Amino acid sequence: MSVTKTAPKARKKTQAAAAAARVPKLIFGDLWEFDPAPETADAKIKKQYELFIGGKFVAPEGGKYFDSINPATEKVISRIAVASAGDVDRAYKAAQSAFDNTWGKMPGRERGKYVYRIARLIQDRAREFAVAETMDGGKPIKESRDFDVPMAAAHFFYHAGWADKMDYAIPGRPTEPLGVVGQVIPWNFPLLMLAWKIAPAISTGNCVVLKPAETTSVTALKFAELLQEADLPPGVVNFVTGAGETGAAVMSHPIAAKVAFTGSTDVGKLIMRSLAGTDKKMTMELGGKAANIVFDDAPLDQAVEGVVNGIFFNQGHVCCAGSRLLVQESVAEEFVAKLKHRISVLRVGDPLDKNTDIGAINSRAQLEKIEELVQSGVEQGAKMFQPSCRLPSAGFFYRPTIFTGVTQSHRIACEEIFGPVLSVLTFRTLDEAVEKANNTAYGLSAGVWTDKGSRILKMSTELKAGVVWANTFNKFDPSSPFGGYKESGFGREGGRQGLLDYVRLV
Amino acid sequence: MPGESRKSSNGTSSAARSAVRVAVAKTPKVYVGGEFIRSESGRTYPIKGDDGSFFANVPQCTRKDLRNAVEAAAKAGASWAKRTPYNRAQIVYRLAEMLESRSDEMAAAIASPSGIPLDDARDEVTAAVDRLIYYAGWADKFEQVLGNTNPVSGPFFNFTVVEPVGIVGVIVDDSSPLLALISQVAPVIVSGNAVVVLASEQHPYPAIVLGEMLATSDLPGGIVNIITGQRKELIATFATHTHIRGLDAVVGAADKKELALGAADSVKRLRARSSEKEIDWFADSAQSVYEIRNFIEFKTTWHPIGA
Repeated sequence: MSVTKTAPKARKKTQAAAAAARVPKLIFGDLWEFDPAPETADAKIKKQYELFIGGKFVAPEGGKYFDSINPATEKVISRIAVASAGDVDRAYKAAQSAFDNTWGKMPGRERGKYVYRIARLIQDRAREFAVAETMDGGKPIKESRDFDVPMAAAHFFYHAGWADKMDYAIPGRPTEPLGVVGQVIPWNFPLLMLAWKIAPAISTGNCVVLKPAETTSVTALKFAELLQEADLPPGVVNFVTGAGETGAAVMSHPIAAKVAFTGSTDVGKLIMRSLAGTDKKMTMELGGKAANIVFDDAPLDQAVEGVVNGIFFNQGHVCCAGSRLLVQESVAEEFVAKLKHRISVLRVGDPLDKNTDIGAINSRAQLEKIEELVQSGVEQGAKMFQPSCRLPSAGFFYRPTIFTGVTQSHRIACEEIFGPVLSVLTFRTLDEAVEKANNTAYGLSAGVWTDKGSRILKMSTELKAGVVWANTFNKFDPSSPFGGYKESGFGREGGRQGLLDYVRLV
Repeated sequence: MPGESRKSSNGTSSAARSAVRVAVAKTPKVYVGGEFIRSESGRTYPIKGDDGSFFANVPQCTRKDLRNAVEAAAKAGASWAKRTPYNRAQIVYRLAEMLESRSDEMAAAIASPSGIPLDDARDEVTAAVDRLIYYAGWADKFEQVLGNTNPVSGPFFNFTVVEPVGIVGVIVDDSSPLLALISQVAPVIVSGNAVVVLASEQHPYPAIVLGEMLATSDLPGGIVNIITGQRKELIATFATHTHIRGLDAVVGAADKKELALGAADSVKRLRARSSEKEIDWFADSAQSVYEIRNFIEFKTTWHPIGA
């Protein structure tokens, strides 16, 4: 046994630094310059889209349209109708009529068949939808192709089967559909959020008026074409497009028996306030500031991949993104070094390129919000790291960003950035990790990385979050309920638990 | 006055004694944090007996009293949530035992100040006992009915469990003041929540007596905190207190709106029923596992499967 005069703490620190220094760098040099590999399938986007009401595409009563741009090029890809309050009213009347005359009366067994049809038709046109989604929203084609579109189809397929099995979903009490449901969805997963909202609503016998996000309406309107192909009875699903004013009209319409909203906590609170005094049912899927917690016994390389996926998936435009990394102090230096190397080889650029890891930020407004919050991180004293990757000259792009030296009071540790920005904090003990992870008004999701099964379950028990991922992150499944604690909202989407929110007990 | 109904009758000599003996009236106090307290303000409001005469002064609790009750609930809540469901079941069952064994006292507490006929009051007490037994039975079962494993596509053991939301505010219906209180509180506490209860403003006395029974059950202090007072003074604090994570209220339209507005600020779970439409608390439909579901969170864990 060798004798050393170095204090144990200092020795440990030296060892950690040495471990950090040993982290192999991923340097590919010119080999990293891949040839472009663009996805070339035809997205079949029309030059102009009308509203979809009562099974037909109809012009908006005000005759107004807005441009929808590709955020990667800033070029206009389509013109979208602006729905006025009058248009929203027409949509609700069409939905109520469908509920009264066809959909509400149809046996679950038959309703389910329509929903199965929708799932199949999405699968048939999956590539076309993926390209459209990427052009409209800026997400990498590999994500829209491998995640958004197949998962949207899966949600319809899963829920179709519930249509005639509600007695098993909600035992002990018969249920009935609510009637017409108003839904407003965000721009981060346009088609998938549409599926999360529409699949359970119509499978349980409701009719829908849905407003897609202003910047990402195209796939909803392509989906409307698909509903015509499926021969879905007119009025069961209606789409009204536009900005916040249209959304407010959808949420507050007197016919709406229930409203479902996915979006920011601020807007969710506004909607809750505006509906005070009404008897509308509500579900809210709001913001998040998830902790991704890495213990020192975790398989670090696997954890690095998971942390990267957790925050840079979909440019960080994910409500459940793992935007706060909590790493155990003893491995923090090594882990952050690995993380920096890893993000230095992420490919930021053309979303349609099959090799792209990080696509375009969804809009100029969102890019400015990210820039503002990153600036606050620098000003408040956190240390910023960004790789020196080249960004395209046009379009809205942002480098993957890591902040170290972040404290819990920094804005970048409290506020939802909704962009590719990771804040790194450290902890020593499990209790400290739990305390820091739960120290937020949000409670949507959390991640735990450890080799120890019992610790996974301990952490999962202690964390105040609706979804806990262990040794993985950003996994979704139609059978797995999703939704938040605290100010991340209420209600669940998916799984058996999501169904009760769309029916009433009789 | 409370206590007047307790006259002893042990033969003629004791009858003679009771003829001259002055009954000891009870000072109604509210049950908060396991203790019997007056309002911090020292305020009370009088309630009348069935003959219209003075019955007792009941604490007119303030917003500060409500905040203190929330603090008591916060202190006690965490360990209550961690108790085993079997233990919570037995404690709620024990409360039913306490109520059953003191049912005459409770029936009198309902009947005397409210004018409800004694037979009806007895019915209300037995229904309340049965309701407690019903929910005691759910304590270690509702998770089996409401939660499940999920067959996800991938190498994960995916399961959904339930957790309490935390502190829940309960604003009790004025009709059937005891049965409504039990029906609103029992499903909330069996899952591990702590509650702050505003008793019926019109008929607060049964809630005061219930506090005395809670103290002799094994329910830890601070899990059920009962305050009395005026709704109009307290409703805003129920609505906006950020540590209250859920609200179950039977109130009029204006109060309902105020609760909803306040709930929005901290994204509270709100269940507001209209007091204008009479609720039949005796009906089977007034009890359900879905009453428990109103104030729980679902947590879904993705646990890896691998060597």
